[in-house]
Parts: sequence; C-alpha cells; structure tokens
Amino acid sequence: MNRFENVIARPQPSAVSTNKVLKNTYMLLSATLGFSALMALVSMGLQMPPMTYLISVIAAMVMGIFVLPKTANSTKGLGVIFLITGLLGFGVGPLLSMYLTLPNGPQVIATAMGGTGVIFLALSGYALTAKRDFSFLGGFLFAGLMVVLVAALANIFLALPALSLAVSAGIILLMSGFILFDTSRIVQGGETNYIMATYGLYLSIFNIFINLLSILGIMGGDE
Amino acid sequence: MKILQAAALIMMLVVIYPAFKWWTKNGPKAGEGDWQAAMLPLLGVVAFIILLIMLVR
Repeated sequence: MNRFENVIARPQPSAVSTNKVLKNTYMLLSATLGFSALMALVSMGLQMPPMTYLISVIAAMVMGIFVLPKTANSTKGLGVIFLITGLLGFGVGPLLSMYLTLPNGPQVIATAMGGTGVIFLALSGYALTAKRDFSFLGGFLFAGLMVVLVAALANIFLALPALSLAVSAGIILLMSGFILFDTSRIVQGGETNYIMATYGLYLSIFNIFINLLSILGIMGGDE
Repeated sequence: MKILQAAALIMMLVVIYPAFKWWTKNGPKAGEGDWQAAMLPLLGVVAFIILLIMLVR
C-alpha cells in the first residue's frame, strides 16, 4: 500500500503492529540513506557528468512507479528500494561535485545536509507525539504538488531565477507536509508496508535536501 | 536535455493526478485545531530555512 493507493476503511491498528512498521521503516530509511550517501561518494570519485543526475532520477522514478509497488510485499522489494535509493544517490554525486567548486561550496553542502536532518527529525518527532491524524493534508499536498510541478515545467523554458527559487521553496514546504502526512499514516495504520513507507519518507528527505541545496547555493552567493 | 526534463515532469504529473483526484474528493476533513497543528511546524520550517540562509551568507 502506498500514498497513491486509496484506503476506504481500515481497522484500528494495534500498537504492536504500528510500532513494528515504524521500527522497520526507520531502520530501512537509515540503511537506504547511508547507501545513498555511499553511492554519491562513488559518483563523485568517478567524476560522473552532470547529465547523470537527470538519468538517475528518471530511472529511479520509473522503478518507483512500475516496479516497487509490485515487489513491496516480498523480499525483492528490499533489493528494489536499495536500487532506487542507490540510483538517486549516484545522481546526486555530480551535483555535489559542482557545489564543491563554489567558494563556500562545502559550507553550503554541510548546511543543507544538517538542515535536512533537523527538519526531518523535528517533523517526524512532532508527527509521532502530536497524537493528531494529519491525513487531512492529503488533498492540499497533492494539489500543491501539481501546482509546483506545472511551475517547474514552465520554468524549464522560462528560466526565471525567481521562479526557480519559488519552486524550490514550495517543494521544501510540500515535502515537509508529506513527512507529517506519511508519518501520521504509519501511526494511524493507513500504511502497513514498511518498504513503501520508507520510499515515501526517503523521497521527502531527498527532495528537501536537493532543493535546500539549490536555495542555499543561490542565496549564499556574493550577488 | 530540456525535453527530457519536461518529459519526466509530465510523467510525474500523470502519475500524481489520480492520487490528487482521490484525496481531494475522499480524503478526511480536518478537525478542530488540525490546520493550526499542521501549519505551526511548517512555519517553523520556513523560519529555520531563513536562519540557514543567514548562516551561509
């Protein structure tokens, strides 16, 4: 089950099963983030060209849409999610290499990384302890995502720096909302598959990091 | 490259659209205080990002 599959009715989850899903989700999330970071280092070491990012993201997206949902209920799903996160990490390598060439590049990368971690931990902690069901955010978040994607599509051809900043800021806020939404769904029993839960949270973290890097790279310049 | 980027974004739009339709039509409605509870941490994220920008300038 993932955030795109519709849940009409669900039984009240037991605390034991919810805690098990939460534990497995966070463990798999840690492992996939670590693997992703390792693949980013490999990509930087191999000095992959910038186009690697786009190809990796598209390949990961195709696997996430067509392969992962079919394998998430078996052990093959673990291999698939590591492949997806490995691809995304590999794609980020050239981006990081590019930022390292900037005068304050290492500071920007470290700040983006730390900032992403703080945002994720704070929002997850809040969603776990707030005792509120944030699934009401679903419509708002998906609508916002549609708007942001259309804006990003337009900006491919318009190439407006201000619009690019606005899109990045919008994505960060939406992904933050999705962290609340996804975590709440796990707690409330709306998501019982820890592989799909991990995928959702990983994408939120990944998108926050990439867009925070973009904002800090633009705003942290001398201009 | 631009066409590839555009194709990827259009694919994402196509995939997300059914979920968008379902959640806007069938998603649960917010209870009392739910929106404030959701907006507060998001405002915190905004403030935190402004702080991060000031740190790197």
